[in-house]
Amino acid sequence: MTQPLWEVFVRPRRGLAHTHVGSLHAPDAELALRNARDLYTRRQEGVSLWVVPATAITASSPDEKDSFFDPAADKVYRHPTFYDVPEGAGHI
Amino acid sequence: MSSSFEYVLGLGDDALVAAQRLAEWAARAPEMEEDVALANIALDQLGVARLLLTYAGEREGAGRDEDALAYLRDDREFRNCLLVELPESDFAVTMVKLLFLSAYQKPLYDWLAGSDDERLSAIADKARKESAYHLDHASLWTVRLGDGTDESHRRAQDAVDRLWPYTHELFDGEHASLRPQWMETVGRVLDEATLTRPADGGWAPGGGRQGLHSEHLSYLLAEMQVLHRAHPGARW
Amino acid sequence: MYGNDFAEAGGAGCCESTAGGTLLEQVEAAERELRSASERRVSGDNRLQGYFDAVIEADQKIEPRDWMPEEYRRGLIRQIAQHAHSEIIGMQPEGNWISRAPSLKRKAILLAKVQDEAGHGLYLYAAAETLGISREELVGMLLNGRQKYSSIFNYPTLTWADVGAVGWLVDGAAIVNQVPLCRCSYGPYARAMIRICKEESFHQRQGYEILYTLAQGTDSQKAMAQDAINRWWYPSLAMFGPPDSDSTHSERSMAWKIKRFSNDGLRQRFVDMCVQQASVLGLELPDPELRWNAERGHYDYTEPDYDELMQVIKGNGPCNRQRMEHRRRAHEEGAWVREAAAAYAAKRAARVPEVAA
Repeated sequence: MTQPLWEVFVRPRRGLAHTHVGSLHAPDAELALRNARDLYTRRQEGVSLWVVPATAITASSPDEKDSFFDPAADKVYRHPTFYDVPEGAGHI
Repeated sequence: MSSSFEYVLGLGDDALVAAQRLAEWAARAPEMEEDVALANIALDQLGVARLLLTYAGEREGAGRDEDALAYLRDDREFRNCLLVELPESDFAVTMVKLLFLSAYQKPLYDWLAGSDDERLSAIADKARKESAYHLDHASLWTVRLGDGTDESHRRAQDAVDRLWPYTHELFDGEHASLRPQWMETVGRVLDEATLTRPADGGWAPGGGRQGLHSEHLSYLLAEMQVLHRAHPGARW
Repeated sequence: MYGNDFAEAGGAGCCESTAGGTLLEQVEAAERELRSASERRVSGDNRLQGYFDAVIEADQKIEPRDWMPEEYRRGLIRQIAQHAHSEIIGMQPEGNWISRAPSLKRKAILLAKVQDEAGHGLYLYAAAETLGISREELVGMLLNGRQKYSSIFNYPTLTWADVGAVGWLVDGAAIVNQVPLCRCSYGPYARAMIRICKEESFHQRQGYEILYTLAQGTDSQKAMAQDAINRWWYPSLAMFGPPDSDSTHSERSMAWKIKRFSNDGLRQRFVDMCVQQASVLGLELPDPELRWNAERGHYDYTEPDYDELMQVIKGNGPCNRQRMEHRRRAHEEGAWVREAAAAYAAKRAARVPEVAA
């Protein structure tokens, strides 16, 4: 069975906005939040986390050239961004 | 409380043996996400074990460091509770064991964080935040296993029934006062998980704090210590 | 950890000269370039293929919702998936020593490293998922053998020194292979690789430190370290894949900037790095032909046994069966837990009606 996909957003430091860092699978929101903590903040990369069901995201991408043959606005696996390059990860 | 060598050793051995068991899940957890989570918890326990064993060695004053205490004692010299040395038979056993352990370690470390012994207080202050997370993780999973499928419910109830007797040992002596809070925490999780709490008054094995262990510990130590002992005096 | 030693290693090579600086500096340079290239305007035509070509030409990144040639998509899925599988299978040979690590400090470092590999596998599965394939399908293809993982993990870790040798040589080879991927034309993969390379910078160092400590230790420790290097040297060289003369060279994949260096170019670079590092260790690389060639400006070395590599790829390495059985067993034994979590989520969704704001 496929577990739902969740998009993960991290606030790297106080004063900064939450930024998309990636995604993960979890059966529900509580576990998604715990998994996000373990997976994306193992090196203290964040002070706050959001998890959002990928199915709840509707994407538009004016800068990107969507395929005419494969309209994908509702296809979450093609989420428009992925992995913001982690700020301040240089000293890891 | 008495922060004697033996007492600190018992705390450290609990954490060390728990870490050794949890690390058995590396590369074999039910989900890859859970592999990462279990490794985090094992690393927390191992980190606290190192601090406690180092401090125990200093209290003893015989020149033993964390590795001398971890690798060069036999099972009769270990002071951990029996609960942590029991095999990780399945994921339900692991989660229920972690629930029982963290529901005990959390209030214990809260209490020790207020200790007059500054070293112990500092270690406990670090450890209690981690224990809160372990308790949270174990609670979430116990609820999901208990209230999941028929099979997971059966396995979770079986784990509760098998492990419950070993929890009495946790509250020997000066830790007796921690039991009401533990019962409340664990009771709430088991209720939500639709699991039945075993009755008190049954079998209550003990002896770990005096070095009388189950047969399992010697095997665990044999594996953990084999390389270190094969090269006496070597640096790693 | 990742090599290029797959049967169908179809990645193209191109032979840009290898950039200077430490590997980590190169990762950071790739990151800066990713940011600056994103500011350039792409002046392509508006047709799909034309736009795709223009983005590649401008060294910009293709993003998940962009139109892309089907072959580009399929090739990337295969490469990223194999990379993810390698991380997950790669946990086993090192995980083998967690329970017996000879000091508590080493135990903690090794556990953290194996944990990182699980994390890297997850980042990569997620990157592959942006191409329109599910994790479940990808894991299925690993378990049924349709997709491969790096062959290096089919060798056993027989002693503690192997943990050091894997860190130094295998992670070292993997990093040399991976750093150019930080500039891969597919955005999610490039970004995942930047993150992974940064996190892996500690892996190679810990392996080297293990070997250094052993080399300074007792005679039996030193012998253990030398034995491990003897066994891991050639398999590590084979991680870069078959020689360029034999590899199925795809001009298109090179033009697409999925892979940017040739197998032999990367292998040479790795050899040149290792010679100096081995001399600091005071240990020998097991190659009597290894010597500086002033004319080429590189070390000459003996090629690994590519017939052996092909055998391991075909499933006949020392541990192929063991690694796959382990992975299948973990997956099967975890099924009831995954089912329980899904059942609980479904029950709760049914119990708690959607609350309108």
